[in-house]
Amino acid sequence: MIDPSLIVSCSASTACSLAHAIIMSVLIFATLMGGFAYTTWLERRLVSRFQHRVGPNRVGPAGLLQPVADGIKLIFKEDFIPAEADKAIYLLAPILKAVPALIVLAVVPLGPPILIPWFDGLWYQVPLGIADVNVGVLWLLAITSIGTYGVVLAGWSSGNKYSMLGGLRSSAQMISYELSMGLSMLVPVMIVGSLSIADIINGQTAPPIVGWYLWQNPLAAAVLMIAMLAEVNRSPFDMPEAESELVGGYHTEYSGMKFALFFAAEYIGMIAISAIAASMFFGGYHWPLPATWAPIFGPVNMFIKIVLFLSGMVWIRATLPRIRYDRLMAFGWKVMFPLALLALAWTAVVLVVADMAEDPLVYQLVAGLVMGVVALFLLIWTWRRSQRSAAPLDVTDSRNSVGWAIVHAIGAIVAAPFAVYDWLMAHRGGFSGLWDVTRREEAARRAARAAAAAAAAAEAEAPTDTDNAE
Amino acid sequence: MDLMDLNEWAFIGVFLVIAALLPIVPIAMGRLLGPRKPNPVKTDTYECGIETVGDTWIQFKIQYYIFALVFLAFDVEAVFLFPWAVAYGGLGFFAFVEILIFLALLSLALIYVWRKGALKWT
Repeated sequence: MIDPSLIVSCSASTACSLAHAIIMSVLIFATLMGGFAYTTWLERRLVSRFQHRVGPNRVGPAGLLQPVADGIKLIFKEDFIPAEADKAIYLLAPILKAVPALIVLAVVPLGPPILIPWFDGLWYQVPLGIADVNVGVLWLLAITSIGTYGVVLAGWSSGNKYSMLGGLRSSAQMISYELSMGLSMLVPVMIVGSLSIADIINGQTAPPIVGWYLWQNPLAAAVLMIAMLAEVNRSPFDMPEAESELVGGYHTEYSGMKFALFFAAEYIGMIAISAIAASMFFGGYHWPLPATWAPIFGPVNMFIKIVLFLSGMVWIRATLPRIRYDRLMAFGWKVMFPLALLALAWTAVVLVVADMAEDPLVYQLVAGLVMGVVALFLLIWTWRRSQRSAAPLDVTDSRNSVGWAIVHAIGAIVAAPFAVYDWLMAHRGGFSGLWDVTRREEAARRAARAAAAAAAAAEAEAPTDTDNAE
Repeated sequence: MDLMDLNEWAFIGVFLVIAALLPIVPIAMGRLLGPRKPNPVKTDTYECGIETVGDTWIQFKIQYYIFALVFLAFDVEAVFLFPWAVAYGGLGFFAFVEILIFLALLSLALIYVWRKGALKWT
């Protein structure tokens, strides 16, 4: 065991802080660039399997060197500027799109602090992430929306009508889905009472899996994931680059390395939103390997979750057709936004009831009850929908659109945890260990809160000297 | 401001500088390594092979503006929810009633916009 007096926080030493910032930045960028390259490989391999093809398999074993070959090819391509383009903005746009995608992960911790021995005999406690700022969620929202500028400016400066339409569409789409994304991100913030991503992840540790915020509010998780898919312009929301109607959309006029940057930004964005979704609702770095025992498992857990999310996105792309633009906007405003408001009200009700009851069991029961009501409502609703569309299939009817299919999927997601919850309640005896842990923690939290309230009350009754001075 | 907080933001500053360099390097490399032989046909606007007609920056649908305006109103309202959500744990029943009223107002605004037809893409 390490002597606790030998452990020092990295932020206490300037040299360690600086080294941590630089090494961590370089590591994260290298991982993101490598991740981008191999996400393209993963997507091409998976999509070709879905389409009954083999996919790239010639360059290296299983096509593993294909991304390297693509990169080399793109560097040696001619990189010209169209005569009609607004040159300065045309050059700026790919940078504006790529930088936010790269820096959004700065506030997401990838594991618990790691202990590193150094030559001076001390053990430095180094956080596995760039920074854990207390406004992490705000940073995520702010940085993801900056990426929109890159798309809009690229479309506008290209001097091409198709590009401009692609840019406009993208901006309208991104701002529409940003609202639902922001509102659904508020749900974990409400439960934890902090905007820091590390706090949100650490709030989901016990019991494993059941403690994830996904079960507290599956509706918010579903809204967040759909909205994020729209934010990074992935299929079925890939309107800005709809190749069947707008050539290439906003990047029609881009070639060579500048085109590669747009491409990289899209894939790095996918990795980033997977990491964010995993941290907000899926327990972050804590599961399946025990990250609290060995911090190095943290990044491994994140990697597993990110790859699963990426495969899910590829699967969605292989399955769903692109949504028509008017329906996409209608889905964002008329389905996603009300659902996000509903999710917010749901957690607000559950939390206030738990606060008044002062008993975690009541809190669990209320959470289950609300979930049941919502699930029942959605089931009846989807059932009535299916009854109505039992009539001869009418393709122009918007009830048969992808949007409604996604709503049905949300219904299924909502129903599943309810069943799990039911089962857990039935087998409560066998899980008494787990429940006791949560109860003890809950009791400790309540005691701390009561003590703080008592201290505040005592302070209010006995005015201090500073009060008199004022 | 606390020195610790500043430290965290300094990390992000370092991160930002490296992130800004990262896209510039490949563009410069592409410039150096790629061929440069532009000609009028190559640098022409590509609109499916047909010659461009008229100005690029044409009038576009007013609908985009309407969505932007609606978004702005709702986004400003959503910003008010953030401080509330952070403090929610300690505020108790009063904050709950307050926020229900606020959410109801938001929903009313959405219903108004919806009924007015601003969300309809024509």
